[in-house]
Amino acid sequence: MKITLLDYGAGNVASVERALQRLGAASQRATAPECIASAQALLLPGVGHFETLIRALDARKLRAPLVDAIRGGVPFLGICLGLQALYAASDEAPELVGLQLLPERVRSLPPVVKLPHMGWNRLLVKRKSSLLEGVAADSFFYFAHTYAAIDQRDETVAACNHGTEFVAVLEKESMFAVQFHPEKSGEAGAQVLRNFLRLCA
Amino acid sequence: MSLARRIIPCLDVDGDRVMKGVNFVRLRDAGDPAKLAARYNAEGADELVVLDIAASRDQRPTFLETIRRVAAELAIPLTAGGGIRSAEDARSVLRAGADKITVNTAAVARPALISETSLEFGAQAVVLAIDAKRAGDQWVVMVRGGREPANRDAIAWAKEGVALGAGEILVTSMDRDGTQSGFDTALTAAISSAVSVPVIASGGAKLPAHFAEIFTNGRADAALAASIFHDQIQSIRELKEFLSARGIPVRLPC
Repeated sequence: MKITLLDYGAGNVASVERALQRLGAASQRATAPECIASAQALLLPGVGHFETLIRALDARKLRAPLVDAIRGGVPFLGICLGLQALYAASDEAPELVGLQLLPERVRSLPPVVKLPHMGWNRLLVKRKSSLLEGVAADSFFYFAHTYAAIDQRDETVAACNHGTEFVAVLEKESMFAVQFHPEKSGEAGAQVLRNFLRLCA
Repeated sequence: MSLARRIIPCLDVDGDRVMKGVNFVRLRDAGDPAKLAARYNAEGADELVVLDIAASRDQRPTFLETIRRVAAELAIPLTAGGGIRSAEDARSVLRAGADKITVNTAAVARPALISETSLEFGAQAVVLAIDAKRAGDQWVVMVRGGREPANRDAIAWAKEGVALGAGEILVTSMDRDGTQSGFDTALTAAISSAVSVPVIASGGAKLPAHFAEIFTNGRADAALAASIFHDQIQSIRELKEFLSARGIPVRLPC
């Protein structure tokens, strides 16, 4: 089993690759639509601006195959901006349309706290999830973002609080996403990635 | 629940070796960057910073290779800087494995460097490093490794940098750096109160009490130190236990 990493030119693909290597998982980079259509499991790493990600996915014609694969039940993990991309839109780039797999809009965290939300924070676990199996309840994860999915729904497995509560982990059938960076979150992050690999197997 | 205060070891690198200076001069060798990185990753450091103190064009490939070697050892974020003059420079550093860049002298000379890198890589990836030196009742910005004054007020420059898109400020007190007499609380608090982004305090750390002070009265979100960690004067684990016992939220290593 190989994890297909979406490489859209920005993103921290190398960090995620290294984290997967440490766990003994094979991965390959996908830059073309056909690589996604044949993928066994998909991972969308992301840092930076919503606009950069969405425009890069569209320029490389990756949007349709990605949405089809996720809808078709290919295990998917979105990281940081890769979580936000699943939503209908983001206030970070209001004129663009997200992947629309979730209907809400990504919004800015309230400026009553220091932004970006940068550093290690804990989760507020809402329900049991295979992605958080074996992760201690008081574990810290590394976050680096200003925008977030503030409106929570059934998919929310765990939230986090910085100025307000927002989605930190979501799970909908085989679609998973995390707002933090598991590849930068030490042993707790490694456990989340291990869980995803197990779900893909 | 609250965001943990971060402890960040800093590797000042010349080529492929870690160096440590006193008041930005008198350098000596402090070890192999990858080995130190692995140790800090295991000891519970929250992030790592690697700065190219030579920052010369011909040394660039060596520095990028050092970033690659360091990044390979880490499961925590890596910030790298020194000599970043363009979005192209930033891209090569990020591609080598850094999560964030620092800009300093080149941003003072050409502030658009901050907006260019912030637009391309996101504000969370752009750290404005400010070397500040007290001058009367204010602090002035120093550039070129602290050797030259830049005719700018440090607090005004921090605010301008954030307006241009910096996602974090790394403020180093030139007066305290290398002295181990404690962080500059007044400087850090002044900058932290003036900006909306997280502030990393640097320069002068030795005792655990210095860290407690900078996280409370200094209003720092993170604290950076080099030689006390390199020389094992202070263990990160004991430092975090000290802070935790005083009610300062930290991520305790397992």
